[in-house]
Parts: sequence; C-alpha cells; structure tokens
Amino acid sequence: MAKKSIGIRRTPGQKAFRVFAYVLCIFLACLSLFPFIIMLVNATRDTPSIQSNPISFLFGTNLKRNFEILTSKDMFSPWVGLKNSLIISVCATALTVYFSTLTAYALVAYEWKLKGPFFALILAVMMIPATVTSIGFYQFMYRIKWTNNLLPLILPAIAAPGTVFFMRQFMIPALPMEIVQSARVDGASEFRTFNQIVLPIMKPAMATQAIFAFVASWNNLFIPQILLTKKEVYTMPIMVSLLNGDIYKVEYGAIYLGILLTVLPIFVIYFALSKYIIAGVALGGVKE
Amino acid sequence: MKKTKSFSYAKYGYLFSIPFVVAYLIFSLYPTINTVVLGFTDAKGMAGLTNWHFLPFEDLFKNFTTVLNAPTFRKSLVNTMILWILNFIPQISLALLLTAWFTSKRNELRGQGFFKVVFYMPNIITAASIAILFKALFAYPVGPVNSLLTNLGLTDEAINFTTMVWPTRGIIAFIQFWMWYGNTMIVLVSGVLGINPDLYEAAELDGATSSQMFWKITMPNLKTILLYTLITSMIGGLNMYDIPKLFNDGNPANSTMTTNVFIYKQAFSGSYLYARAAAASVIMFIIIAILSVLVFMMFQDSDKKMERAAKRAAKRAAKKEVG
Repeated sequence: MAKKSIGIRRTPGQKAFRVFAYVLCIFLACLSLFPFIIMLVNATRDTPSIQSNPISFLFGTNLKRNFEILTSKDMFSPWVGLKNSLIISVCATALTVYFSTLTAYALVAYEWKLKGPFFALILAVMMIPATVTSIGFYQFMYRIKWTNNLLPLILPAIAAPGTVFFMRQFMIPALPMEIVQSARVDGASEFRTFNQIVLPIMKPAMATQAIFAFVASWNNLFIPQILLTKKEVYTMPIMVSLLNGDIYKVEYGAIYLGILLTVLPIFVIYFALSKYIIAGVALGGVKE
Repeated sequence: MKKTKSFSYAKYGYLFSIPFVVAYLIFSLYPTINTVVLGFTDAKGMAGLTNWHFLPFEDLFKNFTTVLNAPTFRKSLVNTMILWILNFIPQISLALLLTAWFTSKRNELRGQGFFKVVFYMPNIITAASIAILFKALFAYPVGPVNSLLTNLGLTDEAINFTTMVWPTRGIIAFIQFWMWYGNTMIVLVSGVLGINPDLYEAAELDGATSSQMFWKITMPNLKTILLYTLITSMIGGLNMYDIPKLFNDGNPANSTMTTNVFIYKQAFSGSYLYARAAAASVIMFIIIAILSVLVFMMFQDSDKKMERAAKRAAKRAAKKEVG
C-alpha cells in the first residue's frame, strides 16, 4: 500500500473527490454512533438534567439510581429477560448449527434418490418469513399448551433452511471425501465420522453461522411477543417494549438504561467478533 | 463395486435429514397449513382457538373478502409499500455509491475496515431497542433531536414529530435505511470483489473512465446480487413489524400501521379475530410470492435483452473488422 501511493500523483479533481468521500464517510460513521453515544451517556444521567440538556457527552453519576427506578416498577426485570433470552438464544443456536451441518452432510456425502428434490425444497422455503404463518403457529402452540413456554422458540431452530444452504456451499469444497472414506476403512460408524471428523473441519463455517443464529434469535420480537404473556418468561426485546408504556413516561434516565441493558450483550459480541461478522455478511451475499 | 457402496450408504442420507424434516414439518409446514385452514373458519376470541367451525360453503371466502375490502388493511398495505420504498431507494443508492468508492482502485480510501464495522453496526442491534431509542431521541417537548434542531436554529419551537403523518413515516423509513445500508454495501462490495479483475484491467488499458467501468462492468456483473438484495429487502420490508409497532404503534391515525402490525392487532387485541388475521397472513403470503416471481422474471427478461444486445454488438464489431 505504501509502495503504491509513492508514485501516484492526484489531479485536483481526485483530491476534491477524496475530501468529499471522507467527509461523507465520517458523517455516516457519526450518524451510526451518535444514537448509541446518547443512549450510553444518558443512561448515567438523572432525568432533570436530561430534560434541560438532552445532548451531552459527559457521563453523569445517576447510573445506580436509574437502575433502581427501572426495576422498581415491577415490570422491567433485566435478570429475568437476560436469563430467558440467553436460554433461548444459546439453545436455538446450538440446534441450528449442529442440525444444519448434519443436514448439509446428508446432502453432500451421500447419494440418495430424494436428495435433489430435498435440496430444491430447501431453496424454495429459504425465503418464507416466519411471521407470515404466525397465526397457525400460535393456534397450534395454544392447543398443545405450549404458550408461555420457551420450547416453541427453541425447537424450530432445528430446521433452518438458510443455514443448511450455507453449510452445504461451504462443505463441498472444504470436506475431502477421502477423509470420510479412510474413517470408514478404520471402522468408524457414519455418525461418529460426522461428529469427530466432519464437525471439526466445519468449525469456521459453524462459528459464522452461530453468530448470526444467536443474534437473530436474540433480536426476535414478533413470535415471542405473541407466545409469551407471563412476566417470568419475557425475553429482552419484550422487556424493552415495556419501556414504551405509561409507567416510565418521563423517567428518561431509566428508559435509556433499559435500552442499554437490552443491547449490551449484542454490542459485546459485535465488538469482539466484528471482523468475522463483516466477513460473514459478505459471504452471505454471494450465495448464488 | 462402486454402485453397491453408494447404495449401502444411501440410507444415511435419509437418516441424517430426518431431524430437519421432522422439525420442518411440525414447526413450519403444519403451521402454514393451519394458517390457511384458519382463514376459512370463524375462529375468534380465546375460545375460538380450540373451538372453531368452517364457514358455510357459500361464505367460504368471507374472511378474505372482508380483509381485502377493509379500509384499514388497504391502508396498511399502502403504508408498508410507502415505508419500504422510502427506505429502499436511498438505501440502495447510498450502498451503490459507497461500493463504487470502496472498490475503486484509482482512489483507494483508507479506513475502509473501520467504516464497514461502523456502518454495519445498527443492523445487528435489536430492532425493538432501536425503535425505543429513536422514540426517546425524538421526544417532545425536550429531546435530543429537538434540542439539536433548535440549537442549530432550524426551528423556533420543539416539533412533536410523532403526531404528524409524514415526519413519523420519514423517521421509520430513516431507521430502516440507517439499519440496512451498511449490510447492503458489504454484500455489494463482496460482489464487486468477485468480478474477474481482468475485465477492469482490459478496460483500463482501453482508457475507460471510473464511471464507465462502474456502469459497463460493475453494474451488469452485480445483477444477480442486486436481484438478491432487492428480493430479500422486499420480503423484509413487507414483514416490517418491530420498528413501526414500537416507535409509534402504527400511529398517527394508522399512517405507519404495516400489514404485520395490522395482523398483530387483528389477532391479539380487540376482539381477537384470529380467522381474519389468518386470512390477512395468507393474502400477504400470496403478495410476497407474486412480487418475488415478478422481480425475478423482470431481471431474467432484461438479462435476455442484454444478451441479445451484446450479440448484436459483437456481430457489428466483427463486421467492422472484416470490412
């Protein structure tokens, strides 16, 4: 990069273009960060000072008091939300990643009659959004008394068509069939071959898909909102929707803190893994 | 020998697909069928969830006709389209512009890694939390945005955004745009990076300008990915729920009520009209399917046209050379 730039002479037009491009990019970066900075700062300030000066970049000292106000209304319980969201997201992620890899393995490693139609079906249903069939799903769960239960938010994760598709695309070049063959010669069962040889090879793809599965599960609002009506089973996005109600109307410090608490885990994941996430998004786009 | 081997292993193909198939049948296919069935019934109220009857034969499509004729449903469909278009056009434009900049070899911009991370960030944050956050930012009479506007001298007194139709629509479309342009940009950049670099080198040797290369090489080669972006964004847009629901509950005057908010309100508030909500879901399903196929066919069609044009151009070029 340094080498390249030595010989380059830029015309005034190109210079002007670069200034314009950087200005716009920096503006967009500020636009991305600004709402979250306001949230972070105001979560530590008391409501009167937020009211008199809503934009400040100086942290306040009211964090503890805001937390007390937030939890005193007997509605927003960060620990309950955190626990439920974690249970759902961790289990759903594990199921999605494991069973999608297994299904992809069935599609890549074996020759069977219905393989073609099965793969076509996966492609066809990949785009169908869950919200479109939510009424039938809700009625079904109500009938078997699974509302206010975390299972209907976890078990459907076993069938994730998009993840199967991604895993298949990754597996075809990454998994040499000779390895599978030699495991067979050594007398390993097919299931054991999958668990001990295929899974480790698929680790990078599984990690990427795990991040996206976790985030999607964590952020989900529609289906949890229709299924969960008891406070003890609320997830974080349902908790945040409670901040909309009349009870917190003017308690801005507490509202900002509540929002902060619901997005904190996602922020931690994002800043720890942003490199992989960006790479994963880029990969997802060139599916076809 | 080979044949018998692949035959004996075939059963594992079926065996390993069983968990997926079973989960899909129970949690996706059955609920889909169930939704369609409920659309033809009188399911209403909590009791209606377990005790419903099919509508009499002559009235079998009553839920569907009621929904299609309901002014609120029609309005919600129009709202959904407005909100999607208001967000998609600026989103794809900005994403394409940034893609052109970020992949330009002549003007390599620095800090691309940082910009990508920051531009993408809003996409990964819980949409529900973002809706509540923006509601707080646009608070009236004192809130960060109002304070910014008055300090900059853009307005004399605080604006109560959430009581006005177009400002509320604008804010919701802006949130969607703000959440998605980074994602679209990253997808497009990776698409451009996948284009054969020889094409650009050849164009450069022929003295093509940056904008010529963008329109003549980048855009045609990005078509599949643009189609993918368009379809996924459209499906996502037609399913918009979290932001309009939590930002202002579809208000003012139902002007930001999307079809999904409509379905939610039909089924889970008021008189719990499950059957009607199911009918609305089926209608949305059909609309999404038709639009996806239409977009797909449009692109296929222009594909063929372009191919023909390219062939003609090649023929002309060949003739010229001969002549």
